[in-house]
Amino acid sequence: MSGPNENVPLKAVSPLGEAWRMFRRNKPALVGVFMLTCIIIFVTYGLLFGGDPYEIVWAPHTEPGDQGFLFGTDYLGRNILTALLSGGGPTLAVGASAAALSVFIGISLGAVAGYFGGWVDTLLMRITEFFQVLPALLFAMVLVTLFSPSLTTISFAIGVVMWPQTARLTRAEFLKIRELEYVTAARAIGAKDGRIMWKVILPNALPPLIVSATLTVGVAILFEAGLSFLGLGDPNVMSWGLMIGANREYILDAWWPVTFPGLAIFLTVFAVSLIGDGLNDAFNPKLRER
Amino acid sequence: MQTLGYILRRLGYGVVLMLFVVVLNFFLIRLAPGDPAVVIAGEMGGITEEMLAEIRANYGLDQPQIVQLWIYLKQIAVGNFGMSFFFDQPVSKLIGARVGPTILLVIAAQVLSITIGVAMGVFAARKPNGPISAFVAVFSTLGYALPVFWTGIMLIILLGSWFPIFPVEGMYSARFEGGAFARMLDVAHHLALPAITLAIIFLAQYARLSRAAMIDVLGADYVRTARAKGVPEMRVVFSHALRNAVLPILTVAGLQFGNLVSGALLVETVFNWPGMGRLAFDSILRRDYPTVMGVLLIGSAMVVVANILTDLSYRLADPRIRTGGARK
Repeated sequence: MSGPNENVPLKAVSPLGEAWRMFRRNKPALVGVFMLTCIIIFVTYGLLFGGDPYEIVWAPHTEPGDQGFLFGTDYLGRNILTALLSGGGPTLAVGASAAALSVFIGISLGAVAGYFGGWVDTLLMRITEFFQVLPALLFAMVLVTLFSPSLTTISFAIGVVMWPQTARLTRAEFLKIRELEYVTAARAIGAKDGRIMWKVILPNALPPLIVSATLTVGVAILFEAGLSFLGLGDPNVMSWGLMIGANREYILDAWWPVTFPGLAIFLTVFAVSLIGDGLNDAFNPKLRER
Repeated sequence: MQTLGYILRRLGYGVVLMLFVVVLNFFLIRLAPGDPAVVIAGEMGGITEEMLAEIRANYGLDQPQIVQLWIYLKQIAVGNFGMSFFFDQPVSKLIGARVGPTILLVIAAQVLSITIGVAMGVFAARKPNGPISAFVAVFSTLGYALPVFWTGIMLIILLGSWFPIFPVEGMYSARFEGGAFARMLDVAHHLALPAITLAIIFLAQYARLSRAAMIDVLGADYVRTARAKGVPEMRVVFSHALRNAVLPILTVAGLQFGNLVSGALLVETVFNWPGMGRLAFDSILRRDYPTVMGVLLIGSAMVVVANILTDLSYRLADPRIRTGGARK
């Protein structure tokens, strides 16, 4: 598909190096990296130097910009900027750890199913189907409520409901790769199953998995925001979703207390998905020519 | 007849899946810390000893776990989902009253997102580097990143408050008078904002997906042949090409159904839509577990039914699957 390139590099480039080269040329992806970096700096600053988000600083529903409050105050007169600063940490932490857990479960189950096939595959795929039938958010709500909400249980609940897609993707990749000659070669020189799975197949299955893991982080952040919005977040921790939930009743009086935290969630997930799309293009240069 | 046998097999498998959801419910209640009778009654004050005794008798809580599971399964099988102690009503009745609005919302959103999304994708595919294509690419990334509950709130502020075009909550106008048709219009008016909110996320995905599928199909030989023999362009696009691009769209539509139900949960809460999501939210906050478990079961059943319908529509859309020709 891709014709001869004029600037063919003289030295050999590793597949990852090549992907990195493609990624660097992808402007939307770089915008995503830049946005995410800014958000992480903002959130880290908030964790280190942000004030008390619960402190009442001025009259309720002060408009943005008024009295020097950049984003205004909420229905109790709390500074929205302060809440935004300290509310990002939990959202990002839960998003990242839930995605990590979900990717871990998904890759483990998918790899075992795809590599061994047979009844192991059938059993694991039936379990995956079962989890796909449960409406994810509802199931996560039930788990969080049963084990009382904390940042740990919320990450756990989101991770537990989100893994099936990763499992299916991993399985499909393993099914494809295990038939390739280098896998047969590895087996011929006496490599054990575990070594073949994790050292031979997994590295070659990584590109689509990395893309999917990136997008999973975005979905996990949306999940965390949804749970906090419903009031099922950790009650002792400020978060962007909780800010929207708490100010929900007053939206017809004041638009800003719900708009800014939602914008923060949106921009974060948007940055993550730009990076995910960029990685996808970088790993599949053929797709890009469409 | 082959199709009938297939439907029966799928239904049987669906029933097995539901059985496992019931077993999961059973163990979830027992995994929760504390006395299951108290958990079932909802962790709120004012439960009398008689109520607890009644729950213990109904659920057989003094018997071995396996007997308890059997009792629970038998109750569910006859449609007895237990009593909601918060609403003071049988759970089946509570859910029965709310299934309709949820299905209405979910189907409206699904139809809206597929028709508009596919239309956008089709027009984008005709010019892969044109402005509509660029719009679809940007819009699909934006749509993916929008928190659905926040979109709903923004729409309420915009179209319910600043430009009051649509009602902002509920399903009916209070003190509504008029005939059946006027009442339907009233419901549709209330349905508009929640359905649009829910459709936006999925719309973006369908646009992107159908664009890719159509670009593939429009390059096929039979499309060139159709054009060469003088078939009008609109007929080529919608009749020859779209029919062949529809399978990947159907696949995603089926897979998305679970996400649609999850999304409906948030949207119903935002718009006070009297469906199962709203019920789940209310009962979870009150720790009214019989209701929560009932909603989880019926929500899963909806996904199972949607999956079966997706498979059937596959067979309608692609004769190769019907005759087994496409089996690998």
